[in-house]
Amino acid sequence: MILPDVLFVLFASLTLGAGLLVVLSRNTVTAALLVVLSFVGISGLFLLLDATFLAALQILVYAGAVMVLFLFIVMLLDVEKTSHILPKKVSLVLSVSALLVMVIGVTYLLMESPSLPSVDLMPLDMPDAPLGFPAHAKAFGYALFTKYLLPLQTVGFLLLMAMVGVVVLSKSTAKAPEPTSETK
Amino acid sequence: MDPITLILKVVYALVMISVVMTCAGYCVLAERKVAAWIQGRVGPNRASLPFITAIPIIGPFLQKLGIWQLPADGLKFLFKEDPVPGHVNKVYYFLAPVLALVPALMTMVAVPFGQYWDEAGVGHPLILANIDIGILFILAVSSLGVYSIVLAGWAANSKYPFFGSIRASAQMVSYELTMGLALLPVLMWANTADGIGGLTLSNVVASQDGLWLAFIQPLSAFLFLIALFAETNRLPFDMAESETDLVGGFHTEYGSFKFGLFFTAEYAHIVMGSALFVLLFLGGWNFLPFLAAPWPHTLVGSVLSVLWFFFKVCFMIFFFIWVRWTLPRFRYDQVMHMGWNTLLPWALVNLVFNTFLIGFLDKA
Repeated sequence: MILPDVLFVLFASLTLGAGLLVVLSRNTVTAALLVVLSFVGISGLFLLLDATFLAALQILVYAGAVMVLFLFIVMLLDVEKTSHILPKKVSLVLSVSALLVMVIGVTYLLMESPSLPSVDLMPLDMPDAPLGFPAHAKAFGYALFTKYLLPLQTVGFLLLMAMVGVVVLSKSTAKAPEPTSETK
Repeated sequence: MDPITLILKVVYALVMISVVMTCAGYCVLAERKVAAWIQGRVGPNRASLPFITAIPIIGPFLQKLGIWQLPADGLKFLFKEDPVPGHVNKVYYFLAPVLALVPALMTMVAVPFGQYWDEAGVGHPLILANIDIGILFILAVSSLGVYSIVLAGWAANSKYPFFGSIRASAQMVSYELTMGLALLPVLMWANTADGIGGLTLSNVVASQDGLWLAFIQPLSAFLFLIALFAETNRLPFDMAESETDLVGGFHTEYGSFKFGLFFTAEYAHIVMGSALFVLLFLGGWNFLPFLAAPWPHTLVGSVLSVLWFFFKVCFMIFFFIWVRWTLPRFRYDQVMHMGWNTLLPWALVNLVFNTFLIGFLDKA
């Protein structure tokens, strides 16, 4: 079974490499597109785990919808011309130490056994599950609307609040006097 | 996976690509011919091959049909000088046409196009990759097509292409909502019957063995069709081109082969969209609306099912062309108004109504 390993290395390096280039690139449009590439890599990793539903959602929601809006904003606001800002010392120290803590933590967890300690991933009794846990859309539906109904509704309510907030904000700016000439 | 399976899969994929690309190519010809017939003209009838046109009756007939126009157009696109305007952003200028074609061709992986029966007589779909999330995969990949339009307009670095790309991508993002909402009742209906579950298109086709979904859910079909026209940027909605106010839309600065790629991608989208509509609402490879599939459970039956499916797809492509040369273009504000204020509420009403209907039918 060499093909899955090759594919894993391919997608993992795509995800990480694109992510690194996002941080390093100075052109904001390039950065936004590299984020999309990184999402595609993550989706490929999901596919290797047989989580096809998550893979499709990753592309559909993040790459297909969210990043398009990001790209719009980047292009329309023309933020490319902002100067190159160096990170503050505090955030630099904090981020490097957080990275170190994570690396040490994962290494510690992997010391005893070759795989991470797994929790019971079978939320519902699905006899036809191809893996140890069900990965197809129906299983997600059952789990979301039975065991995880409260979190789901909380998230829905949060999204509703955000939506109402957007409507209120955009309405209040519409009342401001319109600029006489078209802005460049 | 042993090498023979791998090679077979690659061969299948190549065959499928060549079929879809040929279809897309002949769509262009069909478009020109149908446009000519609708407008009382003759259409392309001059291109000819030296020896074949000399054959007595068939040769001139094929020439009048314009069959040789496709290779002529293709070779012209391929061999023309390929100018790159000086003011464009080179990397994205070259990337955009590629990004247009790749998603259009990738969707075909999850499109079933016929049926075969194993020794036990159980039907299986003919499909490149029978994945559990079929329809979601198609939606996800085709939603990536918007990047080509955004990038083409932005990389062209001039005013009208950028307008065209912003309009087209705003339209595509808006109509995706209606499309998704029109799909939900279909999947609910397909999943109630015996609870197979899953989002595969072959499952939807299997649920239309008796009655087609276009008759069960006409409103879903209508909304989906309108959204499909908007997503493929076809004429009542071709904000992307809109040549009367935007010169040529997002591909104004493109010429020769790069323009050819955009062009092919548009027609590949039409082929894939037609196939999707046939699978979802027109019964796929089932024979007639009120008749279960009469295909014998043998190889002949498989071939017949594929041919019948292909015939339906050809009809849908004709329908796309027919609409293009019949309806005038919407204005941009009309497109946005219709998408958000008319289609989206109706799609929500349709979803709620069908949910209740399916619930009552399940209880009864």
